[in-house]
Amino acid sequence: MEAAELTGINLKPSMRTSEPGSLQEPTDASSRATVGNITVEDPIFSCRDVDVYYGSKHAIKKVGIDVGRKQVLAMIGPSGCGKSTFLRCLNRMNDTIEGARVEGSIMLDGKDIHDKKQDVVQLRARVGMVFQKPNPFPKSIYENVAYGPRIHGLAGDRVELDEIVHGSLQRAGLWEEVKDRLQAPGTSLSGGQQQRLCIARTIAVNPEVILMDEPCSALDPIATARIEDLMEELRESYAIVIVTHSMQQAARVSQRTAYFHLGDLIEVGETDRIFTNPRHKLTEDYITGRFG
Amino acid sequence: MSNTNKARRTPAETQAIVERSLRRRYWAERRFRMYGFAAVTAGMAFLVYLFFVIFSNGIGAFQQTQVRLSIYYDPQVIDPSGNRNPDDLQAADYQALIRAALKAKFPEVEGRAATRELTRLVSGSGAFDLQKRVTADPSVIDTTEVRWLLASDAVDLFMKGHIDRKLPEAERPIGDSQVGWIDKLRDEGALALKFNKTFVTGGDSREPENAGIWGAVVGSFYMLLLTLLLSFPIGVATAIYLEEFARRNRWTDLIEVNINNLAAVPSIVFGLLGLAVFIGFFGLPRSAPLVGAMVLTLLTLPTIIIASRAALKAVPPSIREAALGMGASKIQTVAHHVLPLAMPGMLTGTIIGMARALGESAPLLMIGMVAFIVDIPNGVTDAATALPVQVYLWSDSPERGFVEKTSGAIIVLLAFLVVMNTTAVILRKRFERRW
Repeated sequence: MEAAELTGINLKPSMRTSEPGSLQEPTDASSRATVGNITVEDPIFSCRDVDVYYGSKHAIKKVGIDVGRKQVLAMIGPSGCGKSTFLRCLNRMNDTIEGARVEGSIMLDGKDIHDKKQDVVQLRARVGMVFQKPNPFPKSIYENVAYGPRIHGLAGDRVELDEIVHGSLQRAGLWEEVKDRLQAPGTSLSGGQQQRLCIARTIAVNPEVILMDEPCSALDPIATARIEDLMEELRESYAIVIVTHSMQQAARVSQRTAYFHLGDLIEVGETDRIFTNPRHKLTEDYITGRFG
Repeated sequence: MSNTNKARRTPAETQAIVERSLRRRYWAERRFRMYGFAAVTAGMAFLVYLFFVIFSNGIGAFQQTQVRLSIYYDPQVIDPSGNRNPDDLQAADYQALIRAALKAKFPEVEGRAATRELTRLVSGSGAFDLQKRVTADPSVIDTTEVRWLLASDAVDLFMKGHIDRKLPEAERPIGDSQVGWIDKLRDEGALALKFNKTFVTGGDSREPENAGIWGAVVGSFYMLLLTLLLSFPIGVATAIYLEEFARRNRWTDLIEVNINNLAAVPSIVFGLLGLAVFIGFFGLPRSAPLVGAMVLTLLTLPTIIIASRAALKAVPPSIREAALGMGASKIQTVAHHVLPLAMPGMLTGTIIGMARALGESAPLLMIGMVAFIVDIPNGVTDAATALPVQVYLWSDSPERGFVEKTSGAIIVLLAFLVVMNTTAVILRKRFERRW
C-alpha cells in the first residue's frame, strides 16, 4: 500500500527526486542506525554524533544530520522522541536547562557552535527560534519586533529601526493587520497573529537559520495555513528547521524529513521519498499511522 | 450475590442514592460558608470596635484648650535697661506677663497661694511662647496684644470632660476656685478647644499639653526611607541571583533554608545584633535612624527575598526562552523581561516588609531609640525615636493627659501606614502588566 495515499499527501511531480541508494531494500526493523542520506551539499548546519543527556537520561543518541541552505528540514516522530531536544541543540537553548549536557560536533558554517570562541548570544542572533506556544513579550507590537535589533544594535537611528520593524512585519505577513495599532500590546493579537509576530521578531535580527518548535500546534487550521505559506516564502532566504507532529504539514512545507524515534534518528531523506517509500519499518509504521 | 446486585442498580435507584448524598454535600458547603461569614463578621466587628476606641480616645489629642489673654508686653519686666539686648530679652520673666494678664482679668484674686492657683491655668509653655514672640519682634514691647496661650493639661482634661466636677475637691486635680475661673473664662469665650498645632508639629515633652508627635514621625520617616533604600535593592538583587543565576546545589539549598528561617527569628534578636555589630563594633551613633534602618533592613530582607523569588518563579518560562532565543544575554533577559513582570509581586513583598518594619518597636529599644528625645531629628544620625516606640513611651507615662496622646499617636501611625501602603499599591498598579 502506498503510504502517500494513507496520509493524503499529494506530491508534486517536480518534488520527486532520486537520491543515491533509494533503491535499497528496507533495512532490519530492529536496527537503530540512521537510514538514508544524512548529508547535503554545502550544509549550513552539519551535526555528527550528537548525544544529549538530561542528568542520567540519554535523550539523543549519536545523531548525525546536515541542514541545507534555503530549504526546510522537518523533524517528525512520536512524543518524547527527542526531536525538540535536538532542535534546541542547534542554538544551544539546552544550555539554559540545568543538568543538560550536549556532546558531539555541531558545525554552523564549518565552525563548532560549542567552541569556546563561539559566543552563545551571537549564535542565537544567527539561529533564531520560534516556539510552540506563541510567546510575544508583554510589550507593544512595535517593541516586540524592535527588541532584537535594539539589543544587537542593528539600527543606527529611529528611522532605520522603523524600517526594520516595517520590513519584518511585512515579511511575516502581519503588516496589513497591525499597521494601525503598532503600540497595542503584542498579547492583544490572536494566536495565529501572535505566532507571526514571533516570526517577525525572529527575522528582524536577520538570522541565517530559523528553528521552529511545533509552531502551529496551538493554532487553528486557517492560522496554520498562513504560517505554512509564510514558511514557503521564508525558505527563499533562510534555512528552516521545523519540528512538527503533523505529517501533512511536514509533507507540505519541507524538502527533507527526518524521523526520530526514542532518541534515535531513524531515517532521513527527501520528503517525498520518506512519505512514499520509507525504508525503515519504524518510519513506515509511523507515517502510515500504525503507532505514534 | 449481593455484590452483583449492587453493581446492577436501575437508573432510578442510582438517582435516589445521588439525591440522598446531595443533601449532605450541599449542607457541608453551606456550613463552610457560614463559618466563613461568621469569621469575617466577627473580625469586622472587632476591627470596628478597635477603630472606634482608638479614634474616640485619640481624636482629643488633636485639640487643645487654649486661653485668650490680652498680654501687655511690659518694658519694665522684659527690658528694664531699655537697650533691647537680645540676652536680656531671652532671660526676662515672661511668666510675670501672664500672671499680670490673669490678674487683670480676675482682680479679685489676692494672696500668693491663690495667684499661683490662677497662673496654673496656663501651661508653662506660655512663657516660652511669649519669649519667642518678643525675641522675634522686639517692637511689640510696650504694646498690648491678644494672644491664645495653651491651657495647662488639667484645664484641658476638665474642658474635655475627663475630670468630673462633681467629685470632691480633694480628688480632682483642679480646685473649686479654678473651676470658677474656668467657667467664667469659658462663658466669655476666652477658653476654647482649638486645633492642637503643638501635637502635630512638636517633639516629645514631659508635659502632656506640650508633647508632639512630629519628632517620632520624622524619625520613622527617615528610618523607613533608609530601610526601603537598603532592603529593596539588596533583597531584589539577592532574589534575582538565587533564582536566575545561582546553580542549584547544597550551598544554595543551605542559603535558602537559612533565609526562610531568618524570616521567623524574633525581631528583638535583630535588635541585639544591631547593638552588638553596628553600635558596638562599627561605632555608629546610638538612637540614630541610620542604625534603626539597618536593623530593620535585616528584619525585612527575608520577607522581600522570599516574596521576590516567588514572583520570579511565577514569570512564565516562555518569556525567558523568547528573550534568550532572540539572543538577549541572561542579564538582559532578566532586566528587560523578567523583572518588569515580577515587579508587582516584589512590591507586594516589600509592602509587607515595610509595614512590619513600621510597626516594630522591640529591636529599636535595643539600639537606644527609646530615649526621651525632644528635638526633631535633622538627619539620619541624629538621635530620634519612632512612632511605635513613642506609643510605647506615652502609654507608660503616668500623666492622665498622655492617654489621649497615646491614642493620637496610634492614629498617626495608622495614617502613616495607610499613606505608605497606598503609595506602594499605586506604584504596583503602574508596573502591573498582562501577559
